[in-house]
Amino acid sequence: MSEPLSDTQPTLKAPLLFLSVLLISSCGLIYELVAGTLSSYLLGDSVTQFSTVIGVYLSAMGLGSYLSKFLQRGLARRFVDLELAVALVGGFSAPILFQAFAHTHAFRVVLYGVVASVGTLVGLEIPILMRILKDQIRFKDLVAGVLTLDYIGALFASLLFPLLFMPKLGLVRTSLLFGLLNAAVGLWSTHLLVSQLGPTRMIRLRCLAVLAILAVGLAFAGKFTLAVEEEIFADEIVYARDSEYQRIVLTRGRGSFQLFLNGNLQFSSADEYRYHEALVHPAFGVKPDARRVLICGGGDGLAVREVLKHPSVQEVVLVDLDPAMTDMARRQPMVRALNGAALDDPRVRVVNADAMVWLQETAVAPFDLALVDFPDPNTYALGKLYTARFYRLLQRRLTADAVISVQSTSPLMARESFWCITATMESAGLKVRPYHLAVPSFGVWGFALASKRDFAVPTRVLPGLRHLSDEATAAMFAFPKDMDRVPVEVNRLDNQVLVHLYAREWRRWS
Amino acid sequence: MKRRDFLAATAAAALPLACRPKPAFPFGGELVGPNLALGHWLRGGAFPEPDRFEPISTLIVGGGVAGLSAAWRLAGGGLDDFAVLELESEPGGTSRSGQNHVSPFPWAAHYLPVPDRGNHAVLRLLKECGVLEGFDAKGDPMFAEEATVRAPEERIFAHGQWWEGLYLRAGASPEDERQYHAFFREVDHWAAFRDRRGRPAFSIPRSRCSDAPEARALDQLTFAAWLDQRGLQSPRLRWLLGYACRDDYGSRLETTSAWAGLFYFAARKQGPGEDSRPLLTWPQGNGFLVDHLRRASGDRLRCGVAATAIRPDRDGLWVTAWDAVNQRRLGWRARRVIFAGPQHVAKHVVEGLDRPAAARIRNAPWLVANLTLRARPKEPTFPLAWDNVLRDSEALGYVAATHQSLRDHGPTVLTWYRPFAGADCDAERARMRGLDWPACARMVLEDLRPAHPDLVELVTRLDVMRWGHAMVRPTPGLLWDPEFLALSRPFGAVHFAHTELSGFALFEEAQDHGVRAAEEVLTALGRRGASWR
Repeated sequence: MSEPLSDTQPTLKAPLLFLSVLLISSCGLIYELVAGTLSSYLLGDSVTQFSTVIGVYLSAMGLGSYLSKFLQRGLARRFVDLELAVALVGGFSAPILFQAFAHTHAFRVVLYGVVASVGTLVGLEIPILMRILKDQIRFKDLVAGVLTLDYIGALFASLLFPLLFMPKLGLVRTSLLFGLLNAAVGLWSTHLLVSQLGPTRMIRLRCLAVLAILAVGLAFAGKFTLAVEEEIFADEIVYARDSEYQRIVLTRGRGSFQLFLNGNLQFSSADEYRYHEALVHPAFGVKPDARRVLICGGGDGLAVREVLKHPSVQEVVLVDLDPAMTDMARRQPMVRALNGAALDDPRVRVVNADAMVWLQETAVAPFDLALVDFPDPNTYALGKLYTARFYRLLQRRLTADAVISVQSTSPLMARESFWCITATMESAGLKVRPYHLAVPSFGVWGFALASKRDFAVPTRVLPGLRHLSDEATAAMFAFPKDMDRVPVEVNRLDNQVLVHLYAREWRRWS
Repeated sequence: MKRRDFLAATAAAALPLACRPKPAFPFGGELVGPNLALGHWLRGGAFPEPDRFEPISTLIVGGGVAGLSAAWRLAGGGLDDFAVLELESEPGGTSRSGQNHVSPFPWAAHYLPVPDRGNHAVLRLLKECGVLEGFDAKGDPMFAEEATVRAPEERIFAHGQWWEGLYLRAGASPEDERQYHAFFREVDHWAAFRDRRGRPAFSIPRSRCSDAPEARALDQLTFAAWLDQRGLQSPRLRWLLGYACRDDYGSRLETTSAWAGLFYFAARKQGPGEDSRPLLTWPQGNGFLVDHLRRASGDRLRCGVAATAIRPDRDGLWVTAWDAVNQRRLGWRARRVIFAGPQHVAKHVVEGLDRPAAARIRNAPWLVANLTLRARPKEPTFPLAWDNVLRDSEALGYVAATHQSLRDHGPTVLTWYRPFAGADCDAERARMRGLDWPACARMVLEDLRPAHPDLVELVTRLDVMRWGHAMVRPTPGLLWDPEFLALSRPFGAVHFAHTELSGFALFEEAQDHGVRAAEEVLTALGRRGASWR
């Protein structure tokens, strides 16, 4: 038998109210996870981001719980309003944070402001609900029931967030969806708490209005993400930044993530190992004892990861134009994990400069291996990095028997462009051996291996790679008929023929 | 006072604070040379005699390209006993350059079409500079990639956006295209022309050009009249040719000799039907060549020194000068003088010189501004090129100094050019001289605003050079006038070298006259050798 309850209060639907505890606690945790994940994507260093978000969130909940004692009357009405407030702030937290990152310089202020607001509001929820229920249920049952469901709700949220919501919906839709859930709890509460609410018409209208706002938000979720171009990407954007030089976008989905520069795919984590193994290891096959390595471009650090597998390497200089790119490669957790924190290796020195200007103006000790990994030549500013002058400047910084490997676009999709790069390197006095392999994200991809001296095709590579074996390496140097050499003009600074060739050839495929 | 009135009054009082007059420009800058005061002072005459006259073999008056080339040739001929007097603080004349923390930049002349194999003096110079890399199988010179203008070379702003190239193809009618090709067929005809002695009608320098009557006849009419005769009325074509006249001659179709108009195109053709020769350029423009040429003079180049009088007598020349740096009078007893300044100065300095043809030389004034930018303007259409031209402008557009140094991001220096192309040079000169720095800065920014509305925020400095006598104009009838051509001949022991003796302003012409004058001197002094021309 239960203890006698007061007759002055009409009976409430207590078990169903317990269910709403489960829902609101799930929502609360989701907002916390959204904020933590989003700040790790955008600011990097996930340990710090999650710690600070959780800390701010929990302490704000404490503040909310404390403030609850100042709410005296009309608790049921307050509870419904509270749900609506959480629904709006929590639901729009991801869109707000993305917009703040994209358009303001005060992302951290907004981040902790949003986290603290949601935390405070969520902190108010449970004490108020308990006070609503306190006259219906014995205290020991109340505490046990509410806290049990609160913690179980947290378990649901923490399991479903990474397994279901993030992969299927992404951050923006997840946060808006749980906002809707919060508002639905509010609306439902007007039914459950009807005996304590008095007239419910206005408050139900309010609930419907909030639900409508969130539903509209969900319908236009694409507009709230980091980038208006989200629709052109297949997957959710988890990082987007306009640097001084380019637009850097990371997307995530289908079990992998992708880097785009100015909308052009640079790698997919699913198959980048094929590309980077092919860029790096054949060159070491020709020059296995290379000690000083120059990397031009390649700010994602993935080529560095492959280079550092070679024990002979003592020093790597990576020259990449964009500090935003190399910073992201150091800090963004997904990219950092993929490159194995290669840019923080003590052997690696990062220089943020235009590689061609750097080669022209900086005197350094000669390198015995150089990897040239620029984006494809789709602008004049990139096209200059594929000119005879560039390869001449590069040779001035190399030892006599140094080996160069150059990413040189697709010999299948852009056949003339590919052979233009080879011809240009030859015109700069290099012996060139082009090769290719399949990288599913890109298609058939080509490279050019070169040296001032003649050299044989490499037949041995480092053991233990994921794609390349000795046999596979040798096989890359054979060109089938539809990719074989075609006569093309040399790309010079004063003609930039490659930019025109490349634009013409790729137009056919887009 | 009501509350609303009070608020209104407060707002009115606060308004002037909020709208405090900002400085007119959010950047600094100044008017820089040339030294008008010292230049004009020379005209006043009446200088006291110096204490002593230093004996010297040859004195070169003027350290522009002609004077420096003369010195280069004298030194190359083994004559070391010479000095070069330059009025300005820096040599180079209109090929001068400047430098700041961002980049070197030109102050006027900024490119050279690659010379053909017959232009020996320019080839010799470029070989010395390391720009000529050798000769191809056909015997044509090959030039260093880094000195050849980097693509994209030109773009034009019209209809609110930038387009590749200088001739606006977008929106051209079939008739425009027909006339464009018809004009270049005429150019091809003249590029193929050879006289009985095998000389081309048009070549650089002009001393290699044929004096055949049919070519010379072109000098009797204006370029506009010549186009009219051929029914070439396409506005786009005439804009392009008018631009060429303003760019190379500081004049218009209506005031330019048809010979000069065709020279611009035909002399740069590699051959009939072929493209124009590529251009050579450097971040500092032709200042690169000046930096090389001046080495031949070493400390024999005296800047800030103005020759005030050149008095011939039976055994040589008495030359007096004013050293503006040390504020003292200087004097030389010279065997020969190469006067490498303009004719309008020569008549004040060389005693007894009276050549009426000199009065026919008219020089166009130019305004050149160098804008230092902290960052690049937004470029949503065709990207920044080397030469950037606004179609609907009296100015010529701008050249980006960092283009050739391969810097595609960050700070840059833009060199903006505006010839004063009105028919009356003296009136135009007076007009330009009336512009103070704010007026010049306003002129530059307003000219560029249609293409770069965000420019004013990016400029950190804007310096202006007012060239009073920047370019001789090839007006009809001048170029083949025998009396004009005779101005190149020596006056006693005074030899003349200056681009204006060609009737138009080009580096190659200045160099050719400098080399010619130096070779006249070498011959007169008994040091005749093989010509460099």
